[in-house]
Amino acid sequence: MKIDKNTINKIARLSRIKLDDKESEDYINDLNSILDWVEQLNEVNTENVQPLSNISSSILPKREDVSKDTNSSEEILENAPDKLEGFFAVPKVVE
Amino acid sequence: MSKSSLKQTLKDLETKKISIRELNQEYLKRIKEKENLNVFIHFSEENVLKQIDNLEKDNSAKKLKGIPIAIKDLFCTKSMPTTAASKILENFNPTYESFVTQKLLDEGSIFVGKTNLDEFAMGSATNTSFFGNTINPLSKENEPLAPGGSSGGSAAAVAADLCLGATGTDTGGSIRQPASFCGVVGIKPTYGLCSRWGIAAFASSLDQAGIFSHNVEDASILLQSIAGFDQRDSTSAKVDIPNYFENLDDDLNGKTVGIPKEYSIDGTPMEISQIWEDAIKVLEKKGVKIKNISLPHTKYALPTYYIIAPAEASSNLARYDGVKYGFRSDEINSLDEMYENTRAQGFGREVKRRILIGTYVLSAGYYDAYYLKAQKVRKLIADDFNKAFKECDFIVTPTAPSAAFPLNEKQNDPIKMYLNDVFTVPASLSGLPGISIPYGKDKNNLPLGIQILGKHFDEQQVFNVAQSLERSYE
Repeated sequence: MKIDKNTINKIARLSRIKLDDKESEDYINDLNSILDWVEQLNEVNTENVQPLSNISSSILPKREDVSKDTNSSEEILENAPDKLEGFFAVPKVVE
Repeated sequence: MSKSSLKQTLKDLETKKISIRELNQEYLKRIKEKENLNVFIHFSEENVLKQIDNLEKDNSAKKLKGIPIAIKDLFCTKSMPTTAASKILENFNPTYESFVTQKLLDEGSIFVGKTNLDEFAMGSATNTSFFGNTINPLSKENEPLAPGGSSGGSAAAVAADLCLGATGTDTGGSIRQPASFCGVVGIKPTYGLCSRWGIAAFASSLDQAGIFSHNVEDASILLQSIAGFDQRDSTSAKVDIPNYFENLDDDLNGKTVGIPKEYSIDGTPMEISQIWEDAIKVLEKKGVKIKNISLPHTKYALPTYYIIAPAEASSNLARYDGVKYGFRSDEINSLDEMYENTRAQGFGREVKRRILIGTYVLSAGYYDAYYLKAQKVRKLIADDFNKAFKECDFIVTPTAPSAAFPLNEKQNDPIKMYLNDVFTVPASLSGLPGISIPYGKDKNNLPLGIQILGKHFDEQQVFNVAQSLERSYE
């Protein structure tokens, strides 16, 4: 078993998702069965194979290096759950 | 008014046989009648009427002027909320328009509403939506069927004739599989053909916008409208977009079709093998050479996909933190608690599952064994197609391993659900264009789909074959 209670807690913490005990149990089972299933990739010989990260066959065009000032801070803040004087507001982080 | 095509409707509008208002009022009526299908997350009659008013004042000629289009609720729209079918974006009102929807607006189309989907496009049945299941319009009474997914709302909107076309996105089959389940045409173009700008990201190296329509001609018209280069998407391709519709040519004489032996999978229903054979026979009669090809790494496509897609999702969905937009939990005694509670309460089960697995395969000590390994296998899968396309002009396969299944059937076993994408994922991993067209029925009279895959940016060939097969079937 690759994923145990400690591992799921660690991943949940890295993902910033709070899990209750029941959920942790379910995800331990789900993740272990998925990881067992993807294990079959080890049958494939990938020695000297370059990893494929971008499938795009086109060459990335360059753009001109000019700055643009869109001054969109109001738009950016429009959907914020909490804002204060032109900033996003979050719970206090320093005492 | 019977089911009419986009092409015919454009003619009727031009010859004033029907007005934009009359046309759209008919669609509004149908949408209200079919509310029980739960096709739309957002629908506002008032909003549609306002669009009609504005178009009536506009005297300029526009290619899609007045045409009712449904938009998958993954595309940011200024005029309507955008939720990605997630609680975490329940109250999100974009302040900008996605590239694809802007193109459709520029052409004068009318957005009838935002369609339901699997939460953040993660699913194959439109049953992970925070806003409930969409019901396949082909369901019999008391036997609700899944419309497929993730773009199930858009496929259902076209199948129920609530619009003349719809946008979708396809990451591993999310356009082609629901098209097959709902008996409509669905095309996922080459990766990079349509800008991803303004589409809520799931797996960025795979996500691609596309089209649902009643027939191949309509799809060719709409795809041309949404394609094009955009410098705001670094993977957008700078290629010329042909006039697919004008160039449609169903003469396939002398072409070669590739038939991959690995797509004959044990347990595939007889009827699906049968329609595949039928399609091949039809092509043969049209002078197409049949070439048996091998795509040897096909069986590794699904496990590869289910490492790469969740890995990319886990980083893409990090942005939903309760700070910048969307839902924020009330239980916020500290910043960390705010993040953890917001994400715990804002995401659904499947989305959390994929974020967790993605985080795991990217985490220190496991990256090489899972993520890097999957990227290498992905290269081999793409190479398989590159080799195959040296011997053939296009590839024909079934779209999905089953017809539409009952709602909620496959919910509990994630791997069983993932198998829905077995025929669609390899082309996604390779960035190839693919279309699903309705082709035959199963024993319950439910539609089945045939998939046509082409070379990169050879959408024209894909459309040509699709139209040829469509005509032979009609």
